[in-house]
Amino acid sequence: MKASPLVCWLHDCSQGSTALVGGKCASLGELMRAGALVPPGFAVTVAGYRQFLAGSGAQHLLASHLEQLDYRDPQALDAASAEIRAHLESATFTAQLEDEIAEFYRRLGERCGDAAVAVAVRSSATAEDLPNASFAGQQDSFLWIRGAGQVLQYVRRCFASLFGARALAYRARMGFDHDKVAICVGVQKMVDSSAAGVMFTLNPSNGDPSTILINANFGFGESVVGGEVTPDEFMVNKVGLEILRRVVSRKQVYYTVDRESQVSRRFELAAELQEAPSLRDEEIVELAGIGKRLEQHYGYPLDLEWAVERGTAGATDVFILQARPETVWSNKARVPASPAGASPMDLILSTILAGQRLG
Amino acid sequence: MSAKSKAEFQLPHAVEAIPGTEGWERIYPYHYRFVTDDPERRAYEEKMFWFYDGLHYPEPMYPFDIIWDEAWFLALSQYNTRIFAIPPVYGVDHRIVNGYLYISPVPVTDPKEIEARVAHFMERAGYYYQNWDRLVAKWETKLKATIGELRALKIEPLPALEDSRVVFEGVGESKGYHLLRAYDQLIDLGIRCWQYHFEFLNLGYAAYVTFLDFCRKLFPDVPSLRLAQMVAGIETIMYRPDDELKKLARKALELGVDGVLSSSGGFAQVETALKGTEAGRKWLAALAEVRDPWFYISAGTGWYHHDRCWNDDLDLPLASIRTYLDKLRQGVAIERPVEQIRAERDRITAEYRALIKSEQDRATFDQLLGTSRTVFPYVENHLFYVEHWFHSEFWNKLREVAAIMKEHGFIHDVEDIWYLKRAEIKDALWDLVTAWATGVKPRGPKVWPQEIQWRKGVMEKFRAWRPPPAVGTKPEIIQEPFTVVLWGITNESLNAWAKLREAGDGASIPRLTGFAGSPGVVEGKARVCRSVEEIGELQEGEILVAPTTSPSWAPAFVKIKACVTDVGGVMCHAAIVCREYGVPAVVGTGSATSVIKSGTTIRVDGSEGTITVVP
Repeated sequence: MKASPLVCWLHDCSQGSTALVGGKCASLGELMRAGALVPPGFAVTVAGYRQFLAGSGAQHLLASHLEQLDYRDPQALDAASAEIRAHLESATFTAQLEDEIAEFYRRLGERCGDAAVAVAVRSSATAEDLPNASFAGQQDSFLWIRGAGQVLQYVRRCFASLFGARALAYRARMGFDHDKVAICVGVQKMVDSSAAGVMFTLNPSNGDPSTILINANFGFGESVVGGEVTPDEFMVNKVGLEILRRVVSRKQVYYTVDRESQVSRRFELAAELQEAPSLRDEEIVELAGIGKRLEQHYGYPLDLEWAVERGTAGATDVFILQARPETVWSNKARVPASPAGASPMDLILSTILAGQRLG
Repeated sequence: MSAKSKAEFQLPHAVEAIPGTEGWERIYPYHYRFVTDDPERRAYEEKMFWFYDGLHYPEPMYPFDIIWDEAWFLALSQYNTRIFAIPPVYGVDHRIVNGYLYISPVPVTDPKEIEARVAHFMERAGYYYQNWDRLVAKWETKLKATIGELRALKIEPLPALEDSRVVFEGVGESKGYHLLRAYDQLIDLGIRCWQYHFEFLNLGYAAYVTFLDFCRKLFPDVPSLRLAQMVAGIETIMYRPDDELKKLARKALELGVDGVLSSSGGFAQVETALKGTEAGRKWLAALAEVRDPWFYISAGTGWYHHDRCWNDDLDLPLASIRTYLDKLRQGVAIERPVEQIRAERDRITAEYRALIKSEQDRATFDQLLGTSRTVFPYVENHLFYVEHWFHSEFWNKLREVAAIMKEHGFIHDVEDIWYLKRAEIKDALWDLVTAWATGVKPRGPKVWPQEIQWRKGVMEKFRAWRPPPAVGTKPEIIQEPFTVVLWGITNESLNAWAKLREAGDGASIPRLTGFAGSPGVVEGKARVCRSVEEIGELQEGEILVAPTTSPSWAPAFVKIKACVTDVGGVMCHAAIVCREYGVPAVVGTGSATSVIKSGTTIRVDGSEGTITVVP
């Protein structure tokens, strides 16, 4: 039997690869299959994580610190977490794993025409993003990482994030075994986005499945995802792909790369942009069209992260960075809007009796 | 009802008369005025909610033209109250304020009575829905017979001496009596036609509203225009007149007479030229074949006497044919892309249907859509029979009566007749006929011309006045189907009205809102056309701003980038045609033609339903 790869391309992943590359990377692979434009990248697999853990000499730490730990004691929890993470973050990779990661990074750089291509390094938990067991936000995500050395460093930090205090407590509460869980890491070309945000393929406020709702701000999506700004909100009709409503908010900050230090950070938004729409109409429509197609591919409503990169020649690329099943409305038991066995006459009568209510 | 909501709209009795119009009430039926000398009636009027019916009456009422208002006052109300027993609503009451028409749906307030009406409604309305197609076929027969009677009606002048036939055939009746009788018959036919007009209409609206309501439960954000698109007919009678013009344009090219048609001059000149050639005569024969009935399409809505039909003025269809000829020579297809429209309707319907998760709801959707599509052809087609065909012929019959009155000095001009109430005309005809019979001078010539002069002045002042969108007390609920669909009375529309009132002068409003009629966003130069005669001024790529449009306006739509109207909902002509041409439309803005000036650059968002002036 062929051994599982330590590292693999995202475009070779699919929804079925969750056990190998974690939910996030599997989902990115699936997105590529669905025809979405997704920034290229690779995944460090479960096998990669296991090899790293085995080589790190951390097993004894896990055994000694976690077996007796009182998870209701936050201080003890923090101390154990800190020690394990410090150990993992300074542990060395096996030569094989280090070579493979470096080689994939080199080839990614080749593909992107930039040897030091900036990437996002994100943890991809094997239990994350699965409906009803959302670890979302419990693992780390590092932006604008450049060079193989840096990538290796942040891959380690992602591995270590599996032992954050909250993650430890959560697993204990849910009865997950610390030895059984594993974490993968996605390394993906960074989109130098002009605007980014989230998109729901239904209206999160009323559940309307014929609506697509987009939240957007200038720069990277972090300001929207992290709730640091009130984003612009665009409501699009899914069937006709027409914009039904534009609510342009006052946005004071945004995230982008600091060109000098080459790190992603928060900036004050220029005054003249604060109340300007962060997306153009044609971008809104294109984005909504992508959301609609993806929903049809997956067969259920989605919660998507996206980024728009405006090229110099006026060309715009709309990237999808993340797709999750929408959970709030999708899990709600839907009561049929019409009573069982009602005839059109019954419905006409009840409509007339209900009338048009005026406030 | 809280004091706050009472304060939102002015009480009807508080609306001030316009100086110089004192006594205006006498030009309308007496029961149309708001009263102060009858405490019980006044209290009723104050607690009701009266909204201005700008949809049908963008102008102040002419004393004669109010006949259609009285006709539907009766017809709609009787079907609701006495025939189908629509459980929670009676009819719609009417009043006039400074020449403008206000209406108020009347609720049934006693829950026991509503309960009692339910069984009748289910039985009676149920019968109509179940036998819809058969009853509509019968309706068409009745209506065509009514139009036949109207056409057969003879309005004959009064002779100095009756024909000898009256004696030798023992007729025993005079032309004077015939004139009185013909006038009565004319009025009767008009009222009868409107009895039929409402036979199906409110049931049609009720079924449609039910479909809308259900879809809004499933899809709270669904744009009304998408629902309209799922239901609206594709090959309805209302498109037929315009289709005939397109065929005539093609025929002209085939016969090689397009040059003659496109040459300058009115129809009379063109006709003379055409008569000179074999091909020209062939084309004229083709024209003659379609004029009856398809040229009985009115250039307006048909509600006003001044809405002339194509048969009244062949320059109107000629202008349209010329536009189509230009397009054909440029190689542009002028026919409606019926297959494409059908495919788009099917796509939209299928997509919405696919988004419905519950099987039960999908079944209900299918049923209600089916019912809506059954009833909707009537909702669309009755307009051609009643408002266009019947009205156009009716106005002309009354002009024949007016010609006799003019001959006898009762009015100075045939078109003065519209300043008299129909009962006054009857009185005047009695005066005229008895004086004729007696061989004396009638009293009328010294009474009516000066009264008409005064009325013209009053109506001028009415025209300069801006009627408030509503008066009286806002209700908590409106259940009358016609009111809900046709006027789109909702919290939003009421708030918009209240805002418009606060803003006062329209010119200060930088942004107008209306119904999103056809999706899309464009910017362009506005061209305000107040009537179909003005569409000749439209340039390629401009945005048409019109009070409302009708099939006579069709040629305008091949030129424009977008359309904005004062009145109309998502099912109005402008909205439907714009959706077909794929250009944005905002309809029912209330005041676009008075706020927007020709040449102004405006941005029309047909998805949001907004118009903004581009600085």
